[in-house]
Amino acid sequence: MILPTILVISVVAFFPLFKTFYDSFYSFGLRPGIERRFVGLQNYFRLFEDTRFIMALKNTVFFTVISVSLETVLGVLIAIVVHQRFALRGVVRAAMLVPWAIPTAISSQMWRWMFHDQFGIMSRLWEKLGIIEPGTPILGTPGLAMWAIIFVDVWKTTPFMALLILAGLQVIPEDIYEAARIDGANTIQRFFRITLPLITPTIGVALIFRTLDALRVFDVVYIMTRGAVNTETLAVYNRHVLMDRAFTGAWFGYGSAISVFIFVLISIFAILYIKSLRLKLD
Amino acid sequence: MSRSITQRILLYIAVLLILIWCVFPLYWAFISSIKPDRDLFEKNPSLFPKRITFENYVKVFKERPFHINIKNSIIVAGITTVLALVVGSLAGYAIARLKFKGKVIVMSLILAVSMFPQVSILGSLFLILRGLKLINTYTGLIIPYTAMNLPLTVWVLQSFFRELPKEVEESAFIDGASKLRTLWSIVLPMSAPGLVATGLLTFIAAWNEFLFALTFMQKPSLYTVPVAVALFKGASQYEIPWGQLMAAAVIVTLPLVILVLVFQNRIIAGLSAGAVKG
Repeated sequence: MILPTILVISVVAFFPLFKTFYDSFYSFGLRPGIERRFVGLQNYFRLFEDTRFIMALKNTVFFTVISVSLETVLGVLIAIVVHQRFALRGVVRAAMLVPWAIPTAISSQMWRWMFHDQFGIMSRLWEKLGIIEPGTPILGTPGLAMWAIIFVDVWKTTPFMALLILAGLQVIPEDIYEAARIDGANTIQRFFRITLPLITPTIGVALIFRTLDALRVFDVVYIMTRGAVNTETLAVYNRHVLMDRAFTGAWFGYGSAISVFIFVLISIFAILYIKSLRLKLD
Repeated sequence: MSRSITQRILLYIAVLLILIWCVFPLYWAFISSIKPDRDLFEKNPSLFPKRITFENYVKVFKERPFHINIKNSIIVAGITTVLALVVGSLAGYAIARLKFKGKVIVMSLILAVSMFPQVSILGSLFLILRGLKLINTYTGLIIPYTAMNLPLTVWVLQSFFRELPKEVEESAFIDGASKLRTLWSIVLPMSAPGLVATGLLTFIAAWNEFLFALTFMQKPSLYTVPVAVALFKGASQYEIPWGQLMAAAVIVTLPLVILVLVFQNRIIAGLSAGAVKG
């Protein structure tokens, strides 16, 4: 009964992964007439001489660190707010699923319109807030463009993160707070001494999972800037090498090496994730 | 717990901000889609439309094959969902109820795939699909989608199956029903809510997928919705018909949002079990 599942994921996931690994030791391209030859680890050495790769690595790390931190902090705050009692709580919690439900490709286009240099409402807002000089094209300016991309990712993921943390908040029994209040603990003390320690495991799991996801970010970057103005991430660069450059020259083997690099990077966090979940696999 | 008036006001302001944060982009896309171009391309856009037109909604189907993109997405996401549910419920049932060698290894493998960076297999998968002449076919997209979604399906379904009372299954087994028969006529009907939640998550994931769709479908007539929207072009390269683009965005987002709102509790439960982002 389990065979079909094993078969499908072996053919679609594990076999290609193995093939990527194998191909990363060769030099070849997708254009006919390029000779395929074994180059050993050369593709991997080339990675660290490739300034565009280094740039993509830096951008990916920057994107990941900033967006995941913002999402975690805002996620905790939002979770605490929607954990309170207020009118229409169900509606608000439902609305929090909206950013997650909109396909990233589509919400990125919505945001691209809002960040439009002449007619975008976000561009106007950023001008009014004094974040940018009037007339600055946000998505066309190095530095700013990456912040816009991070903004969109934070918009999409924070409510979702908050819902996961909310699930953690809901299992904390009310009597603990009652007891603390009787002992004279104020709101801030209650948050740092009770709430935070108790939801730390939930936050940890969500955080590692988000890191894993942020490290492979593709859609939002590809659509908002195509990787221009210093926003290229590893996945965007990787696809460019494999699917654009490889048709003109011997780039496929090198592209495979980038793929392996991304895989190893994410595996580290995946292992952390599995360990932190302490899953029972039986 | 009693709160002061100030605290109440602060709470409602926070809630309002959260609400605006979550739904404003969708609202803005809608407003932009019903504005005529002369109001749309204004230096200081107004928050409410002064004039309303549904021209963009007509144009998006007339000037481009957007209905074909929708059809492509429905076919690909629909078949993926059915396949993932069929294959996934078999594996889920085996994991939940049967004892077999190497269960831990199987579970680890399934879990590993759920964290796969898709870009790592993009190149190889492209070569394999090209070798099989599956580039630019529905099959070439459905098979990878099914595989990428199976981990979540198996994971959520097995946790669902575990919670069903064993007795009913055992009595069916004693009455001579095979494992497959038990699964089909007893377990699956009893786990309908689980199937709906998992099916919905799979459908949304397949509907939203971008990287594979962008790479494996290279003819505009075969683009799925996300690719069609991402590669939206106007008459010239530099001129994007934003009104039409926003209309397209609203058309494909609204059904999804409604589905999510209707099934929100089940989705949250399913997501907490699988912790997978779309």
